[in-house]
Amino acid sequence: MEHGPAVEVNEDPAASAYKTKLGLRFFAVYGVLFAGFVLINTFAPQLMKVKVLLGLNLAVTYGFALILTAIIMGLIYNAFCTKKEDELEALAAAGSDSGEKK
Amino acid sequence: MIYTPSILATVLFSVIVISVIGISIYFSRQSSSSKGYFAAGGTIPWQVNGIAFAGDYLSAASFLGICGMIAVAGYDGFLYSIGYLAGWIVALFVIAEPLKRLGKFTFADALDSKFNYPAIRLMAGISTLVVSVFYLIPQMVGAGALVTPLLGFPHYVGVIFVGSIVIFIVATAGMKATTYVQFIKGSLLIVFSLVLVISILNKGLDTTPADDYHEFITLTGTMSGERVTAVDQDGYTITGEFADDSHNMVKLNKDGVERWWAVEVDDGKAVLKETLTVTNTADGRTLYNGLPKEEGAFYAVGHLSNIIVNGEEVDSTGALGPFKYLETIESSEVIRFHQINFKSGDDSVALWYQDPTEGSELMRPGLKFKVDKGSTPLSKMNFVSLMIALFFGTAALPHVLIRYYTVPSPKAARKSTILAITAIGFFYILTMYIGFGAMVNGVLDVQSSNMSAPLLAKAFGVFLFSIISAIAFATVLGTVSGLIVASSGAVAHDMMRSIFRKKTISDNTRVKIGKITAIVVGVIAILLGILFKGMNVSFLVGWAFAIAASANFPAIIMMLFWKKTTAKGIVASILVGMVSALTIILLSPSMFERYGFAVEKALFGLDNPAIISIPLSFLTLIVVSLLTQKKKELK
Repeated sequence: MEHGPAVEVNEDPAASAYKTKLGLRFFAVYGVLFAGFVLINTFAPQLMKVKVLLGLNLAVTYGFALILTAIIMGLIYNAFCTKKEDELEALAAAGSDSGEKK
Repeated sequence: MIYTPSILATVLFSVIVISVIGISIYFSRQSSSSKGYFAAGGTIPWQVNGIAFAGDYLSAASFLGICGMIAVAGYDGFLYSIGYLAGWIVALFVIAEPLKRLGKFTFADALDSKFNYPAIRLMAGISTLVVSVFYLIPQMVGAGALVTPLLGFPHYVGVIFVGSIVIFIVATAGMKATTYVQFIKGSLLIVFSLVLVISILNKGLDTTPADDYHEFITLTGTMSGERVTAVDQDGYTITGEFADDSHNMVKLNKDGVERWWAVEVDDGKAVLKETLTVTNTADGRTLYNGLPKEEGAFYAVGHLSNIIVNGEEVDSTGALGPFKYLETIESSEVIRFHQINFKSGDDSVALWYQDPTEGSELMRPGLKFKVDKGSTPLSKMNFVSLMIALFFGTAALPHVLIRYYTVPSPKAARKSTILAITAIGFFYILTMYIGFGAMVNGVLDVQSSNMSAPLLAKAFGVFLFSIISAIAFATVLGTVSGLIVASSGAVAHDMMRSIFRKKTISDNTRVKIGKITAIVVGVIAILLGILFKGMNVSFLVGWAFAIAASANFPAIIMMLFWKKTTAKGIVASILVGMVSALTIILLSPSMFERYGFAVEKALFGLDNPAIISIPLSFLTLIVVSLLTQKKKELK
């Protein structure tokens, strides 16, 4: 039976470990925000009437904020991951260069 | 409602369909291998894949279902948008890259990559098929609903039409054509939804939403006890009445036409408000507001009864900014319509009566989901269960998962997911405006909330209506194509290899099996789409999310992050998650209502199973894995 990726993936295990750890942390942060939203809706729906920002109530503000937060966190996560991948690639390139010189 | 097809709509619709077929023919030459057919050779650029993700995900449920739900129930419909979008966080931060590193064509590949255990492929294949079929039904129902106003064809013609085109796309060209169809459709959907929202904001709010909007009149009369005994206005005679615990209706005859009116009592005086009715008479006729359909007496509805801007009451606002638009609706009062059904003699009457609703009630949770007035612990649990299903279901949907294998690297998988989140998030913000726009612009068809978005577009001209409807149709095409590719992969790649594991199946044979499966699943989808006509689109999609979250999500997460996970644990988890979710759904109050039984007799009080079936699936995986540890170690 065949196994393995359709396209060969040669990723530094250190990069994978870093991204997994970072991803789980970001997930935990967003999970708390989402859980807070669901809990307020469920157990304190009247609170959602309160005006919060630009004439919008908490329900709309929190809802829009969850969507925008998802986008912003995604972009930050990508920036961190790309930076780490570039660093590790540069290190690997430097290592292979010094090996060639020897 | 009566829909008149337009030439422009037909032309635009034809252009989109011909383009889709052209793309399929163009890419058919590039999908001869299984890698090309099932995973587009892993060569799709992340930008294209990201928008294709959005095109795949923004299905009939998102565009037609959510907008329709917001149009009738306000903010509660938007909760679906938030849940669907939040689910992508799980996909991005937890699933996307690890799965890309493990998988090949399907998520069964990824699950099985550590174990080489045939039962995993079989079970994952079955789960993929079940989720895909549940997701397919509402798409096909949506297609059928769309062709009626667009082209004037009956529902079944739309279903057969979509099914035939999708079978052609998938059976000829596979994942690459599907990807580009989804990319084009996703781009068009977002751009023209934005155009629609700009039009809505530019128009602003008006108590008379259109020049030809029907003005609902109010009569007065005399009450004697609970009954109306006379009408003050000339020409009306009382010919019937209906009352239950919370409704009081009276039938009035004027000029030979009988119509129903909702009775309210104000200071001892009867106040009679106009309603909408569809009456099936004993002699087999169907009357719309007492007249044959062709008379056009069954009106589009939805308007503001008063508009408050900065504390002042006004008749219209002119153009509004996006925040002011929502704030103004929240301060104002909207006339919504509620349905009741009753018998009047031998006639069956479906009646929609006016319900003035404060904007502040519409702009917060509680009108659809019972979390506030009239709530019970069970109704609150039901809501939490739905949100859990939406949050964890996205990352476990087979047609979403396979898209991680179409890009060349984990980095591309990550970037395409972020682009998808941005595009989908932006679209979901637009749904708030499209939904509320439909609610107050006098365009709603009380018989079909799913048509709210296209009908709203019609208020801004035939061109916008035509292009939005054609895109909605392409939406169905794109999503159905993705689902059928996922299903054919599940059968040709997972189930066949599990069943015939001792025989070598050639690459060509696998592609052939995949194409045959695409045809079979397409035909099944056509039949189910016709069979389930009229069934609520969002209701069925909620099921698909719940089953995916229960059957697939625990297996994926534990395989990725718990080293003690065993093959038998995964098989048991998928089986228990799938069966428990299905069982709860089939015994739920909503299903009992559909069976024609009393809701109170439902064997299970919950409509949404995730709050029980997901933990059960996790628990099963942990227990079975712990019990089968020794065997794993020996192996």
